[in-house]
Amino acid sequence: MTVMKKMSRTSKNNFINYGIVIALYVIVQILSATGNLSNLLSGLLVPLCIYIIAAVSLNLVVGFSGELSLGHAGFMCVGAFSSAIFSQVVGDSIPSLPRLLLAILIGAAVAAVFGLLIGIPVLRLRGDYLAIVTLAFGEIIKNLINILYVGVDSKGLHVATSAASLQLEADGTQILKGALGISGTSVLYKDIKSWYFLIGVILVLITLFIVQNLVNSRSGRAITSTRDNRIASESIGINVTKYKLMAFTVSAALAGVAGVLYAHNLASLKVSTFDYNMSILILVYVVLGGIGSVRGSIIATIILYVLPEMLRGFSNYRMLIYSIVLIAMMLFNWAPASRAFRSRVRERIASIWPGRKKEA
Amino acid sequence: MTFLSYLKDGISLGSVYAIIALGYTMVYGIAKMLNFAHGDVIMVGAFVILTAITKAGLGPVPSVLLGIVFCTILGITIEAVAYRPLRKASSNLAVLITAIGVSYLLQNLALLIFGADAKSFVTVIDVPSVTLFNGQMTIKGITIVTIAACIIIMTVLTLFVNKTKPGQAMKAVSEDRDAAQLMGINVNATISLTFAIGSGLAAIAGLLLCSAYPSLTPYTGSMPGIKAFVAAVFGGIGSIPGAMVGGILLGVIEIFGKAYISSQIADAIVFAVLILVLLIKPTGLFGKNIQEKV
Repeated sequence: MTVMKKMSRTSKNNFINYGIVIALYVIVQILSATGNLSNLLSGLLVPLCIYIIAAVSLNLVVGFSGELSLGHAGFMCVGAFSSAIFSQVVGDSIPSLPRLLLAILIGAAVAAVFGLLIGIPVLRLRGDYLAIVTLAFGEIIKNLINILYVGVDSKGLHVATSAASLQLEADGTQILKGALGISGTSVLYKDIKSWYFLIGVILVLITLFIVQNLVNSRSGRAITSTRDNRIASESIGINVTKYKLMAFTVSAALAGVAGVLYAHNLASLKVSTFDYNMSILILVYVVLGGIGSVRGSIIATIILYVLPEMLRGFSNYRMLIYSIVLIAMMLFNWAPASRAFRSRVRERIASIWPGRKKEA
Repeated sequence: MTFLSYLKDGISLGSVYAIIALGYTMVYGIAKMLNFAHGDVIMVGAFVILTAITKAGLGPVPSVLLGIVFCTILGITIEAVAYRPLRKASSNLAVLITAIGVSYLLQNLALLIFGADAKSFVTVIDVPSVTLFNGQMTIKGITIVTIAACIIIMTVLTLFVNKTKPGQAMKAVSEDRDAAQLMGINVNATISLTFAIGSGLAAIAGLLLCSAYPSLTPYTGSMPGIKAFVAAVFGGIGSIPGAMVGGILLGVIEIFGKAYISSQIADAIVFAVLILVLLIKPTGLFGKNIQEKV
């Protein structure tokens, strides 16, 4: 307990977030050891990790650098496909665990490169324009992978825009088949499939570590200052483009990691999954959890992902309710009228109950 | 001749984009927000017209009028409920995310009411087609109507904005909202009027879009909506002639991209145009430069 007391408030907060994730893992392990974990629920665990990583990384852009990105699924897509191609090409020549590790690094690196390349032009824009351009980039990435064919044979890797022009040798195999995507990646990892949830949790913890330490560093404060007032932070010598680009690239790399996990968890990987709706879904997690709150993103993702899947009958109404909650949440949190109302309520509470600390 | 025929298709599609883009550009110019839900209002308009004809048995003209009125009211309601409370919010992000929420709400309501399967749109506009060059090229009736509608709407809107009092009020609000208010202009009413016009136009765009591509799903509006926004940015957001020119250029680019490059990456080409425009001339073809103040 003395250690806890010595810690600063931020690091305490960070450790609570790690604690939540570890507690989640422990609870799931206990449930599964006692046989209380249904097949349905255990199937949701890895996707849950994927969405937590995606939401936390999106929060870095939306919450801390203050730019709305609608192309997050595009970066997941890049990470997923690059890593799946890697896994397929390498095959069984490397044992599965190091292979997965390499795949994760490759997915993250490729997504980061895309994030950087896209970020340089995009971050010249502001607000609405930036949102629509990130959406455009997401669609372009999807469109391009959709017509991409990749095959491998004894002569090496072939890339083309149609199955016929791949010109594979007799011993060759097609890996990426355009809109049909890549199949059989998860089969390559059969031996470690049962460890996926643990790997997912570790990746979530790494994501949290990266995001939280970035946010609380000097660079992180620069990032938040560009959000709060771009001109003011420019005037005190902060390189706005550099810090926005930093947030954007790190976020893209982490989205790539989420994509890698996605690609290696499923038997078949298709481009059409990574559409605009997926970007919006992740955005919903971020907004409902609280823009700029890492813990909020984690909790909102857990609740919003697992709950509707458990209540299958409710699934038709899921997106409808999400959209209503999204609108209501934005009005409640951001409308000047509701802010004034909330501060009145807070004052009232403070006057009745003076011992209570004033909220920030 | 195939070139001319592609050009014709492009102008026809572009005219629809132009009408949608007009809605975006007016709202953006005046309320300074990207109304993400605009594309979905198109879809709602098309569903209302289709339902009025097939279920209620109304004639084409009353159905279209009903569609326009419905969308107009919908537009005003959306603005009043979802956007107005956030107009003075400290973050621009707030209203943008709310607009995404409204877009999702409309799509999912339509999904619950009409189902996910594509409905085939009925023939509402029945104009005979015209044959040119000794039968080498046929222009469909709907193409003529679409292009004509686009020209008429654009002319009327330009006259409205430049010659009438409410139009002048719109210009004033778009220049400087606070100053306009001090001059006695009712800013709320002006913004509502803008949304009303934009949404009414969306219903017409829905009719024209679904007459040209007669398949209607809850997601019909979202892609044309986003592309029309691209068109509005291309032409210079806030500019009425810009929306028209941008829309038609974008339509032509899309059809040529489909015809000569690849039909699968036509969308990518359209979005690449957007990115190029924003990088080279962020204010678009007809846009004004806005100086940022501290």
